[in-house]
Amino acid sequence: MKKFINHVDDFLAESLAGFAAAHADLVVLNNEPVFVRRKVLKPGKVALVSGGGSGHEPLHSGFVGHGMLDAACPGQIFTSPTPDQMMAAAMAVDTGPGVLFIVKNYSGDVMNFEMASEMSEVQNAIVLINDDVAVEDSSYTTGRRGVAGTVIVEKLVGSMAESGASLEQCKAFGDRINKRTASMGVAFTSCVVPAAGTRTFKIGDDEIEVGVGIHGEPGRRRAKMAPADTIVAELLSAIVDDLKPQADAELLVLVNGLGGTPLGELYLLFNSTRAWLRQRGLNIGRAQVGALTTSLEMAGASITLSVLDDEMKTHWDSAVHTPSLRWGM
Amino acid sequence: MNGKTVMACIEAAHATLKQNTDEIALLDQQIGDGDHIFNLLRGMEALLAARGEIEAAAFGPSLDVAAAKVLSTVGGSSGPLFFSLLSGMSKSAATHALDVPGFSGIFAAGVDAVGQRGKTGVGSKTMMDVLIPVANRYRELVAAGASARALLDELPRVAHVHMLATRDMLATKGRASFLGERSRGHIDPGARSSELMIAAVCAYLAQRIE
Repeated sequence: MKKFINHVDDFLAESLAGFAAAHADLVVLNNEPVFVRRKVLKPGKVALVSGGGSGHEPLHSGFVGHGMLDAACPGQIFTSPTPDQMMAAAMAVDTGPGVLFIVKNYSGDVMNFEMASEMSEVQNAIVLINDDVAVEDSSYTTGRRGVAGTVIVEKLVGSMAESGASLEQCKAFGDRINKRTASMGVAFTSCVVPAAGTRTFKIGDDEIEVGVGIHGEPGRRRAKMAPADTIVAELLSAIVDDLKPQADAELLVLVNGLGGTPLGELYLLFNSTRAWLRQRGLNIGRAQVGALTTSLEMAGASITLSVLDDEMKTHWDSAVHTPSLRWGM
Repeated sequence: MNGKTVMACIEAAHATLKQNTDEIALLDQQIGDGDHIFNLLRGMEALLAARGEIEAAAFGPSLDVAAAKVLSTVGGSSGPLFFSLLSGMSKSAATHALDVPGFSGIFAAGVDAVGQRGKTGVGSKTMMDVLIPVANRYRELVAAGASARALLDELPRVAHVHMLATRDMLATKGRASFLGERSRGHIDPGARSSELMIAAVCAYLAQRIE
């Protein structure tokens, strides 16, 4: 394992200290319990609190700031944070109208956030994100995973909260965006969890994992390496099968890097995506390309599509100022 | 039974997890993401650090102290689930005799609380596949008038058999569920860690009654 580490047990604390120092104009790091919060709160606004295992940076701490989150709770690498972090974060950023927890659908995250929601004295609601179409949805199982579509929910609901919407409105909007959003990823290499020190999964030089999860969980199938257009076609077919957009639908496209893939390749993927969608008469209304929901150093990418409506477009275009997403201000 | 007994059981559980760290990590890398044992050990170390507080408390309250520590340090799925086990046991401690037979009701209350939090029973390839059969057999043995010695002998065997049985199950809960059919053929790491801790606690209690 080659990583920038001093002592493996100190990895998270040192990384978060660096993050908070680098973005001291926007965020404040709280210790014991650990959470990152906006430096300046907007009184009377519904607060958005997210969190999850670390290792997906910039998700979630990189999206704390105007127009997105009010606080983020980082857990250990790939491990859900604990309810005391979430309750303390909620208490710190609530200015009266309540807190919306944005939670990716994993057993650990769901249970910890549910406990925080039950025990918190702050009025709150939960939006559960499950955009990954690689896993079949079923009430009998844990169901679909929450992946890069989370960024879109955080951006859009964050904007709605800034505009003065109520907790109920923000929750309903989050649920609606989640239903209109679908993602799927592909991995070329495995991530390495620092505490384990070894690759999470083995994969041959000529192999790819289609439908990989953001913790290196297996996806739909192990396949042979193929041209980008072929890989994009497989991902988009699965996503479009799930979303079933209308013929004149406008889409928000997010091409997301998983950590070890250069931006140049992500733009190539966007180009392939554009061509595939155009052939099927689907329009791209908005686009975002970059590594926003990563899996440590995993090489690979995911594609997310959201079926836009006017309200979603307005909230995508509105001003945002966070460490990792900024426009309009 | 008091806080000192609880602390000694925690020490026994910690020792067995330490001894079997590599095996559990490997099981978890096969069908999970490899963090299970590290999360448990982090929780155990927090419990060892809280020795004074745990030992000073009566049996029920000492479990409550331990539950709160687990919840704030473990994270992942294990945090809420082991919190529920300890907290469920703590809540029922007041209404049961604090001896080996009475403890069957306390343990069952803890296991029920885990099931409610995780919304899982037997057959999903999880720790419940060990906890529920052990709780059930425990009650049966107590109802049949088994001695403490016989109980402490038999329960680790029940845990072991049911841990092994998770190998052929299809995971439908937690991260292993994302593997679908590929989850078959691997023992569930949570079933293995639960089995190891049950065996260690039974061994400690058996040695104490000698």
